[in-house]
Amino acid sequence: MIRINNLHKSYPIGKDSLHVLKGIDLHIKEGEFVSIMGSSGSGKSTLLNIVGLLDEHDEGDYFLNGQEIKNLNEKKGAVLRNKFLGFVFQSFNLISYKTALENVSLPLYYKGVSRKERQKIALEYLDKVGLKDWASHLPNELSGGQKQRVAIARALVTQPKVVLADEPTGALDSTTTDSVMDLLKDINNEGMTVFVITHEEEVADQTKRIVRLKDGIIISDTINVQRNPVKTV
Amino acid sequence: MKFIFDSDTWQEIYGGIRKNKTRTVITIIGVLWGIFLLVTLLGASRGLENNFKNIFGDFATNSVFVWSQRTELPFKGFQKGRRLRLTTNDVEILKREYKEIKFIAPRSQSNSAITRGFKTGNFNISGDLPVLDKVQKKDLVYGRFLNENDIKLKAKVCVIELEIYEQLFDKNEDPVGEMVNIGNISYKVIGVYKNGNISFDGSAAYIPFTTFQQVFNRANRISWMMITANEGVDILQMEKDLLLTLKNIHKVDPEDKKAFGSANLAVEIGKVTGFLTGMQFLTWFVGIATLIAGVFAIGNILLITVKERTKEIGIRRAIGATPIEIRRQVVLESVFLTTVAGMLGIIFGGFVLFLLDYFLGSGPDPTLVNPTVNIPIILFAFLILIVLGTLIGLIPAYMATLVKPIDALRDE
Repeated sequence: MIRINNLHKSYPIGKDSLHVLKGIDLHIKEGEFVSIMGSSGSGKSTLLNIVGLLDEHDEGDYFLNGQEIKNLNEKKGAVLRNKFLGFVFQSFNLISYKTALENVSLPLYYKGVSRKERQKIALEYLDKVGLKDWASHLPNELSGGQKQRVAIARALVTQPKVVLADEPTGALDSTTTDSVMDLLKDINNEGMTVFVITHEEEVADQTKRIVRLKDGIIISDTINVQRNPVKTV
Repeated sequence: MKFIFDSDTWQEIYGGIRKNKTRTVITIIGVLWGIFLLVTLLGASRGLENNFKNIFGDFATNSVFVWSQRTELPFKGFQKGRRLRLTTNDVEILKREYKEIKFIAPRSQSNSAITRGFKTGNFNISGDLPVLDKVQKKDLVYGRFLNENDIKLKAKVCVIELEIYEQLFDKNEDPVGEMVNIGNISYKVIGVYKNGNISFDGSAAYIPFTTFQQVFNRANRISWMMITANEGVDILQMEKDLLLTLKNIHKVDPEDKKAFGSANLAVEIGKVTGFLTGMQFLTWFVGIATLIAGVFAIGNILLITVKERTKEIGIRRAIGATPIEIRRQVVLESVFLTTVAGMLGIIFGGFVLFLLDYFLGSGPDPTLVNPTVNIPIILFAFLILIVLGTLIGLIPAYMATLVKPIDALRDE
C-alpha cells in the first residue's frame, strides 16, 4: 500500500538546511495498523506530511497504492488525497461553522457526489462512530472525543486506502483516548490501513506494528505481538 | 460554468458569508454606498437638467436679440456718440437678406397706466406681431393672441398678463371682450397669458405692433428685435453677420462695438448646459470612483478573510479541494457580495430618487423635474460592478491558493 525507499527530506533554514529525514525505508501492506513513535524533532510529522501528499520529498521513491508519487502538482495532489487518504489531526480541524454532518460530507462534495447521496453516506459514517444523534451540532457543541470521532468519520467517508492520524489523541484525556483508539482498531479490523503518529507509548501499544524514529532514521520496526496473536508466523 | 447553477456551490458560499456577518455587512455597505451615490447623483442631475429644459422650454433656443445704442467711433463724417435707432426698415432688409432667419420680431415697448373702472396699475406695453408667439410661446389662459387681422386693422385690442388680469378683474371673471384703458385709449381684451419662468417683458400688455407705432408716435422706430434662426444654423456666425449688415445700413464703423447691443440665447443656454455637462461628468466621476473604492474594500476584506480562513482552506485542501475549487469559491463570494450590494444600492438609490421627486419635484416651482436614471445606464454600471468584483476577487483567490495546506494545518 505504502512503499518508501531511501526517503530524504531537508528544510532550508536561512542559508543552511535542516536534514530531517535521512533515508527512510518503510513498507506498509494493506490492512496494517502501524504507529510511528518518536520524540518531537524525530521527523515523524514530516514523514506523515510526505505520506499524506501535503509535502514533497527530496530524494528516494514513494509509491502509494502502486502509483509513484513524483512532481505532483496541487491539483493532482488534491485528487489523490481525496481518493486514497483520510486525515485525522491532533486538533481535529473541523470547520467551525459547519455541522458535524456537513463536516463529514465535505470530502464527498469535493469528490463530486450528489447532495442527497452525500447526506446519506455521511450519516452512515456518523452512525458508525456513534454520533448519529449529534449530526446537526456544530463542532463547538461537541466534546473533544466527539470532535475526533467526527473527524474520523470525515476521514473514512470517501472510503480511502489509508487513514493517516497525526497525534489523534494528543488533545484528549485518557478515557476518550481509549474510545478513539478503540474506534481506530475497529476500522482496522474491517480491513482499513491505519497509520498513526504518536509519542505516547500507550497509544503505540494498541497498534499492531510500531516503527520508532529518531533523528530522521528508523531505529526499530517491530511487530506488536500482543496485538497480533493470530497473524504472527 | 455548471458550478454556478449548482446549489452546493451556493451552499458553500452562503456558509462562508453567514460565518462572517460583520465583514459581509461592512463590505456590502461599501459598494452599496458607491452605486447608491451614482444612482442618486445621476438622477438628481437629470432632474436639474429637466428643470432647466423646462425653464427654457418656451423659447426657441437659437435666438438672437439686437438693440441699438450709441456709436463709439467716428465714421464717414459722423461724430462718435451718435444715437442709433432700429427701424422696421432694418427688419425688412434683414428678412430679405438672410434666408436662414426663421422668425424676426420687431419689438416696440413703453409703459403706461392700464385702467379699468376704479382699478388701475402701471404696466409695460409692448407692440408686437403675431410672430412673437412663435419665438416665445405664450401660455394663454383666456382667449387668443394677436393675429394678422389685428395688425392690418390697427385694432385696439390687447393681450394682458395674468397679473394684470388679477389686478383689474374679479376672480373668475371672463375678461375676453371687456374693455380696458391704456393711456387714454380704450382697448378690448382678447386674451390673457401667463408668464413662464423666463420673461423679457415682465407683466406686459401686448397690443398690435401697428397700433403701438401709431398711438405712441413711433413712426418706423422700434426698441429692439428678436431673431430666430432655422434649425442647424450657426447662430454665432449669424449674429456677427446681422450686426455687420446693420452697421452698414446705419453707416457705422464695422469695428464699432458699442453701436449695437446683442444677446445670444444659445450662448446663455450653452453656459447652463455646460454647467450641467460638467455636473454630470462629476457625478460619473464621483460615482465610479466610489464604486471602485467599494470594490477595493471588498477585495481588501476578502484578503483579510482569506488570511483568517487559512486553516479552513488548509482543511478543505487536505480533504481534496483542488486549488481551482478554492479560487472559484473566493471569486464567487466576491461577485456575490458585489452583486447583492449593487442591487441593494440601486433599490436604495431608486427609493431616494422617489423621495426627492416627492418632496422637490412637485409644486409650482420644482427644483428637480422627474429625477430619473436610464435603465441601460444602471445595467452598465451594474455590469462594471460585477466585472470589477470578479477581477478584485481574483487577488484574494490567488492568495488563498498560495497557502500550502501543510502550513495551514500546522498546530500552533
